[in-house]
Amino acid sequence: MSGRRALGAAPRALHPLAWWAWAVGLAVTALKTTDPLLLALIAAVVVFVVASRRTAAPWARSFSFFFRLGLFVIAIRVAIEVAFGQRGLPGQVLFTLPRVPLPGWAAGVSIGGAVTANALLAAFVVGLQLAVALVCFGAANTLASPYRLLRSLPAVLYEAGVAVTVALAFAPELVIAVANVREARRLRGRPVRGASGLRGMAVPVLEGALDRSLQLAASMDARGYGRRAGVSRAHRRMASGLITSGLLVVVVGLYGVLDAGSLGGLGLPVLALGMGLCSASLLLGGRRTVRTRYRPDPWRRPEWLVAASGVAAVAGVSVAEALGVVGVQYATTPLAVPGLPALPLVGILLALLPAVASPRPRPTVAPDPGRAGGGAARPDRGAQPVAVGSGDGR
Amino acid sequence: MIEWKDVSFTFAGASAPVLRHVDLRIEEGELCLVVGRTGSGKSTLLKSINGLVPYFTGGTLAGDVVVDGRSTRDHPPRQLTDVVGMVGQNPAASFVTDTVEDELAYAMENLGVAPDVMRRRVEDTLDLLGLHELRSRPLTTLSGGQQQRVAIGAVLTASPRVLVLDEPTSALDPAAAEEVLASLARLVHDLGLTVVVAEHRLERVLPFADRLVVVPGAGRPLLSGPPGELMAEAPVAPPIVELGRLAGWRPLPLSVRDARRMAGPLRARLSATGSPPAGRAAPAGGPAVSVRQLSLSYGPVRALHEIDLTVGRGAVLALMGRNGSGKSTLLGQVVGVRKPDRGRVELCGSDPVGLAPRRLIRLAGLVPQDAGLLLYSETVAKECAAVDHDCGLEPGTTSAVLDQVLPDVPRHRHPRDLSEGQRLAVALAVVLAPAPPVVLLDEPTRGLDYPSKERLVAVVRRLADSGHAVVVATHDVELVARVADRAVVLADGEVVADGPARDVVCHSPVFAPQVAKVLAPDQWLTVDEVRAALEGAAP
Repeated sequence: MSGRRALGAAPRALHPLAWWAWAVGLAVTALKTTDPLLLALIAAVVVFVVASRRTAAPWARSFSFFFRLGLFVIAIRVAIEVAFGQRGLPGQVLFTLPRVPLPGWAAGVSIGGAVTANALLAAFVVGLQLAVALVCFGAANTLASPYRLLRSLPAVLYEAGVAVTVALAFAPELVIAVANVREARRLRGRPVRGASGLRGMAVPVLEGALDRSLQLAASMDARGYGRRAGVSRAHRRMASGLITSGLLVVVVGLYGVLDAGSLGGLGLPVLALGMGLCSASLLLGGRRTVRTRYRPDPWRRPEWLVAASGVAAVAGVSVAEALGVVGVQYATTPLAVPGLPALPLVGILLALLPAVASPRPRPTVAPDPGRAGGGAARPDRGAQPVAVGSGDGR
Repeated sequence: MIEWKDVSFTFAGASAPVLRHVDLRIEEGELCLVVGRTGSGKSTLLKSINGLVPYFTGGTLAGDVVVDGRSTRDHPPRQLTDVVGMVGQNPAASFVTDTVEDELAYAMENLGVAPDVMRRRVEDTLDLLGLHELRSRPLTTLSGGQQQRVAIGAVLTASPRVLVLDEPTSALDPAAAEEVLASLARLVHDLGLTVVVAEHRLERVLPFADRLVVVPGAGRPLLSGPPGELMAEAPVAPPIVELGRLAGWRPLPLSVRDARRMAGPLRARLSATGSPPAGRAAPAGGPAVSVRQLSLSYGPVRALHEIDLTVGRGAVLALMGRNGSGKSTLLGQVVGVRKPDRGRVELCGSDPVGLAPRRLIRLAGLVPQDAGLLLYSETVAKECAAVDHDCGLEPGTTSAVLDQVLPDVPRHRHPRDLSEGQRLAVALAVVLAPAPPVVLLDEPTRGLDYPSKERLVAVVRRLADSGHAVVVATHDVELVARVADRAVVLADGEVVADGPARDVVCHSPVFAPQVAKVLAPDQWLTVDEVRAALEGAAP
């Protein structure tokens, strides 16, 4: 039912880690530059790739949510700047809000006052940075199902990961549950709005949530989740000790990499050490479980290309920064038109590569109409690709 | 294969055990059908097979359950995965992954099955259950019957020796239920699996059951034996068995086919006594609900399309159709859940959309599919008191209504701890207390046994006789046969059939009740009608 080899690569799903590498690369790039044009370009690249490679699967619908969340973040950031921004900096005054006098103990905070265009622009850029990073994560979520990402994780992380995906899958159910309970309250002639409405709804919604979690836990256990090979206790402790310390070191290292001054250039080595500790723990811990993997996603040339394109974006902006290229950081005082430095620009444009280099997702299969899942579920039009089909047999 | 040795089980905090001194053996390769009234302990018995009882339910289990030589005393459910496959009522609640193939592989991944073996078993299972077309579909896009088949496949891939199914078809429409039970029959005949199944629509499983286990409830001893013998005595019996008992057929027929071959003389006798009753006279009351040209869609999905419907006071209307055909949506529209895209609904002369909740409950009462949604209080007594208070009724009114619907519901229990039938009774009482002229029931027989259904039928009839308009959305053809004056069949949000219930159900191979199938072409719907006709003719 698949496989049109004639048209280049057969349709298949790209390895989820490749998508995540690409998306994380772009997100890091976004966090490293404050140039609004570059940031907008990153967003455009992400949207283009998502538009050309997304599927009709349920999880692929989260992209617009992340996009709106991004817009919301920008709005909030600007609104906060207007209300509580730092005053007294030089700049072009746009308008002046009435000042609210605050008692002496709140010396560091000010409300109202003159709002400058420079301050607003700076706030907008910071918001934009965050928004673009969010859109990148939304893209990763859309292009690779969270569960498939989980499957490619090492065994020791798998069990914690299942808990996370189950929690993620639970959010949409909660929305349905709230709607149902609201409706039921109306049928009982009870208020559905206001504080009393909220209190009356919380209990049934949470009860439903607990019931469902228990059912799922029973189902997972009955299907062998958490079966262990016999491994000594000392062994287990060592594995978990290693991963905890490893993750801590990774955090410190990341901090060093992102904030160049703090560790005096030791960021990368520390990060590497942390990674090493984590890997050792994974190797140790992997022996603990008896899990095998069904049809692991292959890692081939498209995966390398996609991951590399993400790295290229980071490289572009990092090299430009190291060379001291003007325009990577956007100065809002004095007001100026943002530049478009060449090196980061090339890096970001390279990140468009997945739009052509990744295999097309498997064609959408329409479900038979009118056979929606039982209860509240409505039919979702279409299906999504999984690593099935003619192209990727081992 | 499965052996219960002097097993007793008591839930934490309960005063009496649910199961008491159960001694039971199920042999290899048997299909064992477990029947019993709601709340009798069927599910407990089933869940004890792989240790979900007591590992996941709490409570105290005495005695020993041994499956394929392994005792659940020292094997928790996860260590029995390769022996027992457990499928629950609600498949969607058991899914861990997001696509069909991954779901099938999940148990094998946990067991550490070698990749090539896994690949082969997934393919085999896809073929066995007819799922190959769906292999890469997200689980949430499947229909109820497909989801249930995936849930069965997901435990089968671990190649268990025993398959346990707890009411696998209770949430499904007749066609989807047929689909699941056909797969089940195939597993029993082709693979020789030992299957233990609890099923309310036992008429569908009876024909190929090897053993019947009757759980009488309240800790009384279980009965176990060949279905034909036990059925002659069983307190719960499908219409076909009741018809067989009435006609004195021996051996008792368990399938429509068997019954039809014996039914020749009965058909002749019935033809001689005259035609089936014409059904109730059209009710005299004016319209209580009128729906005009109603259309509604959820995004691109069309839920309802140009529906025209009038329900008069004193009428019982059955809404039928497969899962997702718009039945629940239509009921929701009658109580004004959403503003329709086009058309309008009139509920006793007023527009239900935006009606204040307090006014709404005096005009219409809707019992949703999950009746428990209507109940919030910690005990049944408090629930009843809350309704009296909310509706300004005399204290005790709701409690009295509850006693009419179902006597002896324990008042001190939490609604969630009641059996399905009791919970429905409380929800019904809550809705009926303010005496709304319109009563809407969404899938009320889900999870109900025959006696509870019987009581529901009586309640609905009484409501109609006292001038209420009743609309029942249901898959249950036997219920329709017994209560409805009129039946409307929906498909893809459109009305495809509308007429007297007798004509509508008898003309459909999917919706025809068992008695109608046995006695076709005459349109007899229920055993009671046949009994009345025979008694009328006897003197």
